Amino acid sequence: MPVGAVIEFSNITKRFGDVTAVDDLSFTVEPGRVTGFLGPNGAGKTTTLRMLLGLVSPGSGSATFGGLRYHDLPHPLATVGAALEAASFHPGRTARNHLSIYATAAGLPQARVAEVLHLVGLSEHGGQRVGGYSLGMRQRLGLACTLLGDPGVLVLDEPINGLDPEGIKWIRGFLRDMAAEGRTVLVSSHLLSEVQQSVDDVIIIAKGRLVHRGPLSSLETQVAPQVVVDSPDRAALASALARAGVVFSQGRTGLLATAADPARIGHIAFTAGVEVSALHRQKKGLEDAFLTLVEGSDSL
Amino acid sequence: MLLRAIRAEFAKLLTTRIWWVLAAVLFGYIGLLSGGLAALFAGIQSGAIDPSAAGTGSQSTPPLGSLPPLVYSFASSVGYVFPVLLGALATTGEFRHQTLTPTFLANPRRAQVLGAKAITLFLAGGAFGAVALLASVGIGALVINAFGVDTLLGDSATWALIGRTLLAMALWAAVGVGLGVLVPNQVASIVIVLAFTQFVEPLLRFASMFTEATAGIGKFLPGAASDALVGASIFTVASPVGGAAAALDWWQGGLVLLAYAAAATIGGYFVSWRRDVT
Ligand SMILES: Nc1ncnc2c1ncn2[C@@H]1O[C@H](COP(=O)(O)OP(=O)(O)OP(=O)(O)O)[C@@H](O)[C@H]1O
Ligand SMILES: [Mg+2]
Repeated sequence: MPVGAVIEFSNITKRFGDVTAVDDLSFTVEPGRVTGFLGPNGAGKTTTLRMLLGLVSPGSGSATFGGLRYHDLPHPLATVGAALEAASFHPGRTARNHLSIYATAAGLPQARVAEVLHLVGLSEHGGQRVGGYSLGMRQRLGLACTLLGDPGVLVLDEPINGLDPEGIKWIRGFLRDMAAEGRTVLVSSHLLSEVQQSVDDVIIIAKGRLVHRGPLSSLETQVAPQVVVDSPDRAALASALARAGVVFSQGRTGLLATAADPARIGHIAFTAGVEVSALHRQKKGLEDAFLTLVEGSDSL
Repeated sequence: MLLRAIRAEFAKLLTTRIWWVLAAVLFGYIGLLSGGLAALFAGIQSGAIDPSAAGTGSQSTPPLGSLPPLVYSFASSVGYVFPVLLGALATTGEFRHQTLTPTFLANPRRAQVLGAKAITLFLAGGAFGAVALLASVGIGALVINAFGVDTLLGDSATWALIGRTLLAMALWAAVGVGLGVLVPNQVASIVIVLAFTQFVEPLLRFASMFTEATAGIGKFLPGAASDALVGASIFTVASPVGGAAAALDWWQGGLVLLAYAAAATIGGYFVSWRRDVT
């Protein structure tokens, strides 16, 4: 079974002319876990991953796999499997020939071609020209390419784009399985909700800078808890809350009170003699935490 | 390692349709031209066609530099644009279809990949040379023979010319690889190949022939070097200064062409190949 290596970025920076795409980024990615690499459009995710893979040269800093730069890996495809966002296929070539070329270039056995096509569910379309592929099929072919060398590290840039619900379900299971086998899995996305169900850790960047890193659950502590409370007499409820010193705002389905415990809000209403028609903890999504973090960087 | 890279480049070349489309057009074009002109000239020479241009009878064996070598050399003097296109498409295609990403992931040694591509296309260019010769010698000799003129196929000099044609076509494909990295935009690259080979260079070569000084420079133009390498061409025949005097030796021509290929490829490595792949 292939073993995952630790991916390490240290002070990596990249400028394109005046644009600082990646700004002094440092973090590590551990094996045996799925790590989500998140950030809004233009945050610098693709640029960071391309530097990791030696496709873009960093302005300064470095990115390594178990201490080795991509260029120095003795067997790159057998160590790292990478699928990057841009579709990189010659449309006139069949999927099988496409895979065969890179298996040859990397010195991998040709038998792997049929195996990886089978793994991603493209066996029946292997002889078809890639030009006729749908977006989802291209994503699968990209994934097949990453698996050619049965690598211990997977680096996937927006792998969920263009997949149908079944495909999304499949890839989530796939990512979990890969990490469970001890591989290092780094997956980028601009939507937390897309990867939320499959990641253990998150690394969030905005404008090329790190804004948060840690286990997925660490995001929850980033947002103040809120309670939704409503009453047929909303004005009376509002003044009761105000008297009790609770900070609140008008929500669509009631008042949004900043409080951890709904019982406390219920008690305030009860003692004020205000009838309560709704009272529950706001399921403040991780997505909100994500957005708050990312937007917060605007003021930097 | 290099061998692996070369095998991958061959697989790339043979898994799209462009190589045999170009090879088929090359064969048809050179076949028609060689057959047609062989018929015209051999017809005149043998007296079957208007003998106003008489003086070279078919009885005496014509010296090398006359009709058959001229017809055979169409393979490279006219057909050279095909290996250049093949080479340029092989490199610009990687940029156009963004296949540089999987290519450099599978083999991050970029200079090695480019070297493998140049070697692969050199060999493929030689194969294109064989296709072109099949047309120019195959069809040309058939027509020449039909008019009762000596095909010179028993002459070792003819076979030397055939060998040098293979080398010229191989070098031209390597020049194409170099051009492709120097000008990675595929459309721009194709336009440059067609404009230069079909218009600019013929004009420059023709213009340079009129004085000794310019002829000394003109013989270093890639097309002129190629014709010098092959040893016969419609151009050297048409030269007013006298073909032989204005041309390089065959081996010099080969070296000049090789220098063009090497300069373009090394220059292109720095211009585009080792750049960021985004
Ligand atoms: N080749 C390039 N030349 C100039 N600027 C570039 C280049 N590539 C990226 N950039 C800039 O760098 C920044 C980061 O881009 P990048 O593609 O890495 O973002 P991303 O996080 O992958 O975004 P997305 O979610 O849209 O894929 C952007 O401002 C982009 O315009
Ligand atoms: Mg991106």
